[in-house]
Amino acid sequence: MKRAHVFLVSWAAVVTLPLLWAVVSSLKTDREILTSPWTLPATPRFDNWARAWDQASIGRYFGNSAIVVGGALLLTMLLGATTAYALARYPFRGNRLVYFVFVAGMLFPVFLALVPLFFVVKQLGLLGTYPGLILVYTAYALPFTVFFLHAFFRTLPTALAEAAFLDGCSHWGVFFRVMLPLARPGLVTVGIFNFLGLWNQYLLPLVLNPDPDRYVLAQGLAALSVSQGYRSDWSGLFAGLTIAMLPVLAAYVVFQRQIRSGLTAGAVR
Amino acid sequence: MTGHRHGTYRFLAGAILPALALYAVFVLSPYAQAFYLSLTDWTGVSGDVGLVGFDNFRRLAGDPLFLAALRNNGVMLVVVPVVTIALGLLLAALVSFGGRRGTAIGGARFYQIAYFFPQLLSLPIIAVLWQFVYHPNDGLLNGLLRAAGLGGLARSWLGDPHLALAAVMAVLVWSSVGFYMVLFAAAMSAIPTEIVEAATLDGAGRLATLWRVVIPLLRDNVQVAFVYLGVLALDGFAVVQIMTVGPGGPDNATEVIGLGLYRNAFTYGKFGYAAAMGVALFFLTLALAVVALRAGRRERVELA
Repeated sequence: MKRAHVFLVSWAAVVTLPLLWAVVSSLKTDREILTSPWTLPATPRFDNWARAWDQASIGRYFGNSAIVVGGALLLTMLLGATTAYALARYPFRGNRLVYFVFVAGMLFPVFLALVPLFFVVKQLGLLGTYPGLILVYTAYALPFTVFFLHAFFRTLPTALAEAAFLDGCSHWGVFFRVMLPLARPGLVTVGIFNFLGLWNQYLLPLVLNPDPDRYVLAQGLAALSVSQGYRSDWSGLFAGLTIAMLPVLAAYVVFQRQIRSGLTAGAVR
Repeated sequence: MTGHRHGTYRFLAGAILPALALYAVFVLSPYAQAFYLSLTDWTGVSGDVGLVGFDNFRRLAGDPLFLAALRNNGVMLVVVPVVTIALGLLLAALVSFGGRRGTAIGGARFYQIAYFFPQLLSLPIIAVLWQFVYHPNDGLLNGLLRAAGLGGLARSWLGDPHLALAAVMAVLVWSSVGFYMVLFAAAMSAIPTEIVEAATLDGAGRLATLWRVVIPLLRDNVQVAFVYLGVLALDGFAVVQIMTVGPGGPDNATEVIGLGLYRNAFTYGKFGYAAAMGVALFFLTLALAVVALRAGRRERVELA
């Protein structure tokens, strides 16, 4: 019994130490980081955070991420839900084919599409724009969203929808007023899954978003850490890192049960 | 269900076509173009495309950098899933059955919450963090070793060609173990405690119980984990690109396929050649999925 706890506590330390170290270091002066790495800061330096937010543009990157991910998430959920619903509930010629074409997208590595995608986005004049990133993010999030919600809509009872049709509801009315509310648990699960996936995108913005003013958070932070190298502003970089981690940590503390079950459910399907 | 109702086809068109159009433009067409581009020597100048057959693939087979990438991705493909799954299974078993007589251990919830967190951070952010952890002078790892009196073990983790790939793989394992631990623990909670208890009473040791009784019941989950972790190991781009010098590491010790593709396309402008790398990566991914699914298709163990 004792040995089990020793092992479990050790791994907990391995997981949490680097994170704690980054957060504590973000509140120290550069001198403190280098000379006394193991102590708490004499006084917490929140000005590191302010410096990272303003001068190192972390605030701007944060805003960019919020706009792009927010837009893409809304669009993905809307298009994914309507498509999945139509495919799950309406038999028509070509239904299986359309479903298969969407789901096949999950099999292909994004790297395969990277070169042609760059030129498609460039020719549309969308390189380095919010709409460009939103549309591309959405397109690549659709296969899993359609796949997951298709399975979910299939499990919902038909009786309510039939009754609504008899009451004179239109197809859209049934979808928005009856089926979408019923599908809420599925929408939440796939929404969480998509939010994390989109928030963590790196390869697509790296290639399609070359304008430093439009960098998303992960992209901006990575560029910062490479460009400043090891030497200069450690405390500022730790502050940027902490700012990037905090919202996810906060969301996790609040929603940890839903997030864990949502993400693992996504993997099992 | 409603083929006869008014406006069904208009509804279907409105529900499906926008998504399909977006998907066709940004996903289907690039995937299709990639196969064509891989047979050309295109350098990005419009109209100037020469078909070269399989030349790009022949050159790939003799490109030392691509072969280094192939070797590194190959090593990662074996090590990352095996270590992650082994650790995940062990931790999940300790949490699920480590308590008295094969029950869940005290604090199980806390462990799950803590272990899962890295899964939520993006790989680029994890890479930036670990770049600091591995820093030779002021990093956390060497600092801990020196503080423990093991200063002799301190290394330039990312600067040593013999250690750099292992350091990269450790980061991938670190970030993934928690997720699979939670996945496995959820599956283990569905196993009746009597089964585990019976095995222990029969005198089976704890490891033997885990290996012979518990893991066979988790076959499907382990199989899924292999596919997902394999895909992660065939990528590795973000971590390598951000963490290792070059990027690609000392003596190309951490070169990966994605990095070569990115460099050839967006630094050298060799778009045809880069597309060929993408096609090669696609077939590797496909092979991985087929092998993993085949290997898992033995007789299933069903719980009565």
